[in-house]
Amino acid sequence: MTMTRRATERAAGRHVPSAGTPGAEAVERARSAMLNDAKPRGRTRIGADVLCEALLRQGADVLFGYPGGVILPLYDVLDAYPELRHVLVRHEQGAAHAADGYARATGKVGVCLGTSGPGATNLVTGIATAQLDSIPMVAITGNVPGALIGKDAFQEIDITGITLPMTKHNELVRDPDRIAGAVAEAFHIARNGRPGPVHIDITKDALQGETQAPHPTDEEVRAALPGFNPTMDGHPRQLRLAAEEIGRARRPLILAGHGVLLADAMDALRAFAEKTQIPVAHTLLGIGAIDEEHPLSYGFMGMHGWKHVNRAIQSADLLIALGMRFDDRVTGKVSTYAPHARIVHVDIDPSEIGKNVAVEVPIVGDVKRVLDALIPLVEAVQPTEREAYAAELAAWRGDSESASWHGSGAWRDGLLSADFVIARLGELTDHDATLVADVGQHQMWLARYAGFKRPNSHLSSGGLGTMGYGVPAAMGAALGRPDKETWAVVGDGGFQMTFQELMTLSQDNIPVRIALLDNKKLGMIRQWQEIIYSGNYHSAHLPGPDFEKLAEAFGIPTFRARTPDEVEPAIRGAQAVDGPVLCWFEIAETQNVFPMMPAGKGLSDLIETWGEAAAG
Amino acid sequence: MSLVMPDGTISRHVPGTGEEARHVLVVIVNNKPGVLNRVASLMRSRNFNIESLTVGHTERPDISRMTLTLRGDDFAVEQVSKQLYRLIDVLKIQDLTAARRIEHELALLKVRATNSTRGEIIKIVELYRGQIVDIAQDSVIVEASGTVDEIDALVALLGGFGIREMVRTGSIVMGRGSGVVELKEG
Repeated sequence: MTMTRRATERAAGRHVPSAGTPGAEAVERARSAMLNDAKPRGRTRIGADVLCEALLRQGADVLFGYPGGVILPLYDVLDAYPELRHVLVRHEQGAAHAADGYARATGKVGVCLGTSGPGATNLVTGIATAQLDSIPMVAITGNVPGALIGKDAFQEIDITGITLPMTKHNELVRDPDRIAGAVAEAFHIARNGRPGPVHIDITKDALQGETQAPHPTDEEVRAALPGFNPTMDGHPRQLRLAAEEIGRARRPLILAGHGVLLADAMDALRAFAEKTQIPVAHTLLGIGAIDEEHPLSYGFMGMHGWKHVNRAIQSADLLIALGMRFDDRVTGKVSTYAPHARIVHVDIDPSEIGKNVAVEVPIVGDVKRVLDALIPLVEAVQPTEREAYAAELAAWRGDSESASWHGSGAWRDGLLSADFVIARLGELTDHDATLVADVGQHQMWLARYAGFKRPNSHLSSGGLGTMGYGVPAAMGAALGRPDKETWAVVGDGGFQMTFQELMTLSQDNIPVRIALLDNKKLGMIRQWQEIIYSGNYHSAHLPGPDFEKLAEAFGIPTFRARTPDEVEPAIRGAQAVDGPVLCWFEIAETQNVFPMMPAGKGLSDLIETWGEAAAG
Repeated sequence: MSLVMPDGTISRHVPGTGEEARHVLVVIVNNKPGVLNRVASLMRSRNFNIESLTVGHTERPDISRMTLTLRGDDFAVEQVSKQLYRLIDVLKIQDLTAARRIEHELALLKVRATNSTRGEIIKIVELYRGQIVDIAQDSVIVEASGTVDEIDALVALLGGFGIREMVRTGSIVMGRGSGVVELKEG
């Protein structure tokens, strides 16, 4: 009885191909390539060149990355492509958030790079952040040579398996001839339809292999993706139904979401609202969809939104939802949400329609194209025709705004309240700076009190709620929009998660101004514990370092404010610095964000004051 | 979409809380590595309850066809389709629940059989248009195809003899008549 070679190997207990077989040679080649691989200069075109060419063809100009063993072939050729600026972050999470911030501030696709294994897993939080907020991003990782995949090689992890549920699409590329197509398709998918992150994992041998493969044309890219055909135009029948609903409604309200910004539909939204005289409320990521000073802008909705806005939603007879997804932070308990309202829901992603709330008129399409088609179908309404409705809304607004910091007066007593800092920051930057939030109380104060006028001037991790987002995202935003002043508005908790990027800011002299709202607490945790967990403040106290000394160590100057009087000089001082700078605001330690809708409750169940810490 | 509750309050319908029913979906996908993983991962992460999932080649080598059976209310099943469409490798989805269709699965059953019971087993299997594909001293392997209900009934009948091992493929489905699941919208 003869044994096959495979059976012999099994019998011998070996799990590797026998010496001398083609399989064994491939593994050996790959192993030696892991150790010894610098390409001689004067070389031929390799996969890493194709990657750079493809990035340039897609309009990429900044890459945020961190090198590592298997992605070194790319770093070996980067000098040949000076138009691709590489920003060396201090942690891959910073690279992903920076690419995200770049994308949000510019509307272009952000690019981040990492090596295999830990480099790739460190990108994951940033990729997930981009996925939940529909941010166009291409994340590129290296992986071990193809023959070593599945062998638990050094720094090998199944990263495409990890990013699969948190990307719009991903691909493992093992062939240098495939790189051009994979990159072109990734950008096409990332930026079209509902934007989102795409991850490309490229093996080291694919980066190193010689290739003459051409770059695909746009036609070829589309043809290669038969399963990707976003619906751009609303169905005419649905548009007519929406126009009828709008014509009948007596208490209509527009809910503007991130989709308005992503579709560049700000002008269309304003024209639509003005023609129909319907007020516009916005979601957290919908900030900037309409100038907050516009007479029809009604404000920020949801868990920490304005009471008047939530009241208007609860009393509306028609909600026109544009590019928003009825997130639980927006609706609260769905069964009690907007009980009298019929809903027209416009979204480019059909899966968002009917996902969280049932709607009467679904319209799948790009918000701009839908509004452009809808505007001629709706009748013009004179402001006088909605006089009573508008007067009621204005009265509610007056009530709710006077109950905010303007009314609380905490700042008059010399106590530094966060909302005061935020309001001053908005004013002193002429409401035109790019303000990047981290996650927590300050994020809500920023959304409520800064006053935004310009699209893509407010960046915030809304869906994933990623602490540590602020500083690195601001770094990307500052590089993407150098024409605008950029501020990272962070709490002391989130700041301590990613402040290693201060060194990146310092090294490249990236002009990010950091407004640190330091209450020496995990403020939102403390607030929940105070209100929902009977004051059991476990782990809410968060001692920080001396932030001035910290910044100094990175070569970054600090302006410090402990009282309301010191706020303006600190902001002005920071504005005079050409480069990164820290404004350290030591704010009241127990201020809460009000109103607050407790999780699981409805929009009519807002808590507006609590105990002694009622300000804000 | 709201309901007036008995106490006069109005309650908005929450998608996914309606009456559940069994649905049969045909999903046409690219025949590429990892596509099955994408579909399975999506079903898991979106909390959809798959009853069965089968996959195989079609008349085109670059295209695979999946048959998915699952339980859920109308909103949930619509969500399954819409979420699946978000996958770049999913080309077409058709809900054949309401369609006239052939829906069959294949089952192999290893049934305990003695000289005294073997004859009876063979009769039952013939009644169900199955066949005996292997005979050993104390067992037989039965191959049967049919609807889920037919296979369930056969399993129940043979259960009395003792089923030592069973494998079922899950349903595959095809609409009756000359219509086909087209790749492009008609």
